[in-house]
Amino acid sequence: MQSATDTSDAFPRLTPLGIDGLLVTFADRLDEAANRAALAFRSAVDDEGWEGMIETATSLASTFIAFDPARLNRETLAERLRKLLGTRDWFAADLPTGRRRLTIPVSFEGDHAPQLDEAADLAGLTRAQAIEEICARPVRALALGYAPGQAYLGELDAHWNIDRQRDLTPRVETGALVTAVRQLIVFATTTPTGWRQIGMTRFHGFRPDDPDRPIVLAPGDEVRFTPVSAAELEALCAPEGGVTLEDIA
Amino acid sequence: MTTVTLTRAGPGITVQDLGRRGYISQGLSRGGAADRTALLAAAALLRQEVTAALELPPSPLALRANGPLRFALTGSERAAQVEGNRLAWNGSHRLAEGETLTLAAGTGGYAYVSFGGGLATPIRLGSRAAHLAAGIGAPVETGDELLLGPDGGDAADLVLEAERTASAALRLLPSAHTALFPEDQIARLQETTFTRDPRGNRQGIRLTQDGAPFGTEGQLSLLSEIARPGDIQITGDGSPMLLGPECQTTGGYPRIGCLHPDDLPRAMQTPPGATLRLSFVPLDEATWQGEDDILRDMRARTAPRIRDPHDIRDLGAYQLISGVTTGETA
Repeated sequence: MQSATDTSDAFPRLTPLGIDGLLVTFADRLDEAANRAALAFRSAVDDEGWEGMIETATSLASTFIAFDPARLNRETLAERLRKLLGTRDWFAADLPTGRRRLTIPVSFEGDHAPQLDEAADLAGLTRAQAIEEICARPVRALALGYAPGQAYLGELDAHWNIDRQRDLTPRVETGALVTAVRQLIVFATTTPTGWRQIGMTRFHGFRPDDPDRPIVLAPGDEVRFTPVSAAELEALCAPEGGVTLEDIA
Repeated sequence: MTTVTLTRAGPGITVQDLGRRGYISQGLSRGGAADRTALLAAAALLRQEVTAALELPPSPLALRANGPLRFALTGSERAAQVEGNRLAWNGSHRLAEGETLTLAAGTGGYAYVSFGGGLATPIRLGSRAAHLAAGIGAPVETGDELLLGPDGGDAADLVLEAERTASAALRLLPSAHTALFPEDQIARLQETTFTRDPRGNRQGIRLTQDGAPFGTEGQLSLLSEIARPGDIQITGDGSPMLLGPECQTTGGYPRIGCLHPDDLPRAMQTPPGATLRLSFVPLDEATWQGEDDILRDMRARTAPRIRDPHDIRDLGAYQLISGVTTGETA
């Protein structure tokens, strides 16, 4: 059973995900170049359009391929993927084009930020320093996942490498800003989570009733947070939440 | 085209089809019926393609036909009746205008009511399936009137012989983090009898076990990775959670293995308190039966229902033995 999984430490690494999935992993930790590689490799796989592929996706540092085993043999697919991997240095790939930057107002006050002090403490910062760092520069949508339209944003500096909580917070509201493992997320649904809530927005990244753009963010987009008071946030309406948009590439 | 009115809808009943493909990259899992084989069985019994149907967790349902229609009952068996007459499970039937179909509450698992022509509720992101975790759709409610699609078929009164309830271990294949688990835990996973915990829904089902928790080194700082329905995720307390059709698309908890997709329906139908076992099969030995193949098999296994006289309504109206005379010779 273990032999079915490629256990070598070399990247990129192929891992089966069940009978009908393959994962091409470019790193086992958060890595900007590996994220770019995963995005570019997915795009190249899509361009190949092999018969029997069902869908592709990226995570933070991997490209995922779902396929129909009745139409596409796993070893054949793995061989094609290895060949495609060998055609270039994927870690040197550019980011996708058509990217946008969203500026999202966020309140770090009171009930909007129940675990900000705790998270700042774990990062070795004061509350004020933590807010300043989160808003200092744009973060990139490294991947979308967990829930529709929900972006993993990063990466933050190394001192933000905070573990998830062992016990889940039972309920965090849509729009909550949370952090763990050098990343930020604006929650796109109301859900339990192991991440710590450090702020609140009125931005909803998933709008199932919007036929044109139900999912606002795409991997590669940038997000910049701008602090507002609790009162200012309350005046903003979901799903837009006072967000401004600009094209960046 | 006709409609049905839900005169009683217990909690958590949703419209489900085979879900959505192509949205994993945007964070939306496939969703769809917890027991896909039940939708395939309904398609076989109604001699049509797979359509959207009502999925019932153990809650009850009553609906009135606002015109003549055909329907099929599949999935986890319930007491079902029309106007006082019990109906065969895994069967297709007819309802006349104004008649009411009632399904009693169950004790676990998912029952499905499918219709000739299928439910014609609105399509969102390519599917009619409610995906409550993603905020798509909502459970149906008492008083709802649901539109059916045009029914081009006529088959009814068919039954599908239920497959023998398999008690074999659920087949496991390697997943994202299988290689991170020490061999003794992989062995223990396959020796353990798990109990299906009452905590469970379409997003996932918790399993509990006697004995030590499972886990890997550094699992609280793992990089979030693609998660799939059928994955066996080890959460913080060391108990496995089986991810269901409405699971998250990525997750940071390690996945020790992934159920064979053909075994996921049986796993999702396991009632609270029942036990199940897990067993790895080598990837190159795992056989695969796609949905098209399953449907073809089921179509071949449907047969006309041989009706028990007790089940026939208004028995006196039937001529039971043709050619019977008074016994007098002419």
